[in-house]
Amino acid sequence: MVSVMEVYQLLPKTNCKKCGLPTCMAFAVELLGKRKAIEDCTPLVEEPKYEKKLAGLRELMAPILSADATETGMVIHPEKCYGCGNCVVACPVNVANDPKGTAIGRGPVSRKAILVVEDGVVKCVNLDECRRFGPNKVLCNACIVTCPSKAIEFI
Amino acid sequence: MAFCTGCSLLCDDIEVDFDGAKVKRTMNLCRKGRAHYDSLRVDRLAPAVDGSAASIDEAISKAGELLAGAEKLLLFGWGNSTLAAQQAGIGLAKKLGSVIDDPSSYSQGLITEKILAGDLPSCTFDDVRNFADVSIFWGDDPSSSHPRHLSRFSYFPRGEKRQRGYEEDREAIVIDVRKSPTAQIAADGFFKIPPGGDAEFAEALMATLGGKIPKVEDKKRMLNLGTKLRKAKFGVIFTGLGLAHSMGGDLDAFFSLVGKLNELSRFSVIPTLGDYNTRGFNQNLFDETGSVNSVSFADGVAHGPEFGIAKYLDSCDAVMVVGADPVAALPAPLTKLLSGIPMVAVNSHRTLTTDAAKVTIPIGVAGLEVGGSALRTDGVKVDFDAVVKSDYLPDVEVIERIMEAV
Repeated sequence: MVSVMEVYQLLPKTNCKKCGLPTCMAFAVELLGKRKAIEDCTPLVEEPKYEKKLAGLRELMAPILSADATETGMVIHPEKCYGCGNCVVACPVNVANDPKGTAIGRGPVSRKAILVVEDGVVKCVNLDECRRFGPNKVLCNACIVTCPSKAIEFI
Repeated sequence: MAFCTGCSLLCDDIEVDFDGAKVKRTMNLCRKGRAHYDSLRVDRLAPAVDGSAASIDEAISKAGELLAGAEKLLLFGWGNSTLAAQQAGIGLAKKLGSVIDDPSSYSQGLITEKILAGDLPSCTFDDVRNFADVSIFWGDDPSSSHPRHLSRFSYFPRGEKRQRGYEEDREAIVIDVRKSPTAQIAADGFFKIPPGGDAEFAEALMATLGGKIPKVEDKKRMLNLGTKLRKAKFGVIFTGLGLAHSMGGDLDAFFSLVGKLNELSRFSVIPTLGDYNTRGFNQNLFDETGSVNSVSFADGVAHGPEFGIAKYLDSCDAVMVVGADPVAALPAPLTKLLSGIPMVAVNSHRTLTTDAAKVTIPIGVAGLEVGGSALRTDGVKVDFDAVVKSDYLPDVEVIERIMEAV
């Protein structure tokens, strides 16, 4: 998982305010939340002395900005997944939404389940139900800690 | 809803869409189960006699000839057969006066036998889900072998008396020689033992429960484990191949530990068996003879390790293998011995054993192409129907026709 400090270290750290934010740290937070783009930091993009930092930042942000990552930052590696369904049964939202299915260890019977096992591997649906989604997110990690093969991660 | 016969959990909440014989989409099926479904179109067995293609009738009559001419016949396998086929197989063994055995003779047969005889307490998976607060996985890694074990029954789900599931109400303890995927889930509950150290661990735990200081490196951790087990309200021990193989044929240390645990609290044992209906065969043979494997019908009913595949191969002159792959599973010297004996192989797929066999007879995959019933690894009977059309014969029909041919 990428931290704000890692992003901050790759910014100019001049607090020039050209991005419209008071500090580079604030920009780092916004960048990580996908509310600002790397190009909004004009000195970083334009000045040649920041070339290395820019390359490093693009590399760091690549998985977060890629299409694989869902809006909550969840990345599923299907090649590692066993399809055991531990995450499906452990997910607190699945349990609350689906008391007759996932809560008692069976496959989901409700359409509101977030995680389902399809074609032998786990798949994320109904992302907006996830506790990590939206402005009031909770940093829940039930699906990661229960995975025996480390097939799920948040970035 | 479809069933999965990929492992002994016999999951019954599967949704599957077929496009002809091809699987289009599955829901709730683990990766292993999905591969089981996909295998319908891969490497299927064809009827053959002496390596050349034959019709199924020819193969069956040749098999009948071969079995009838044998003096010392071994019928082996049965873990991947339906209950009806197993009963027919036992009938065939009786008729021919042959030896019948299954892979449990070199795995967890001793544990299953004790459970069936009522000497070892056991329970069903539904009891585990509803009541168990301590799940011990001993030499067992269901995350790899039975992927949905933990999520359906033993650790994660909520149950009647365990509403908070794994978060607060359940504890997982893993005793293993390596940090397996199951051990990773158990985190602090993992006890690493050296290979072959199971008996020693059982004795140390026994001493701890008896109020003595255990002779192990980390005494404090062992004492904590003892307290945890003492306080457990409903414990379950899932045993795996690791335990059975490490202790060999002598599981007394384990049995006396279970006895001690039951004096202090309530502990049940459920073996984690590999093939989908090993438990069914053990039950069928136990009902018939009082033993779960290694039975000879040559002269009345006799049971003993000399009738297990490992020993009996030395003297037998024909083998019929049904739904198993001993050539892949047994050690090399036995495999060599086995491949030199005239063999009839009945299987749904091509395996190393069918390659080495003189006569091969294909059958349909139970639960997918043909219906039937089986016992889950905890002893609960599950009935299933076919979900896809096929021309393959059910295993029970093949065994009955072989019986007629004999």
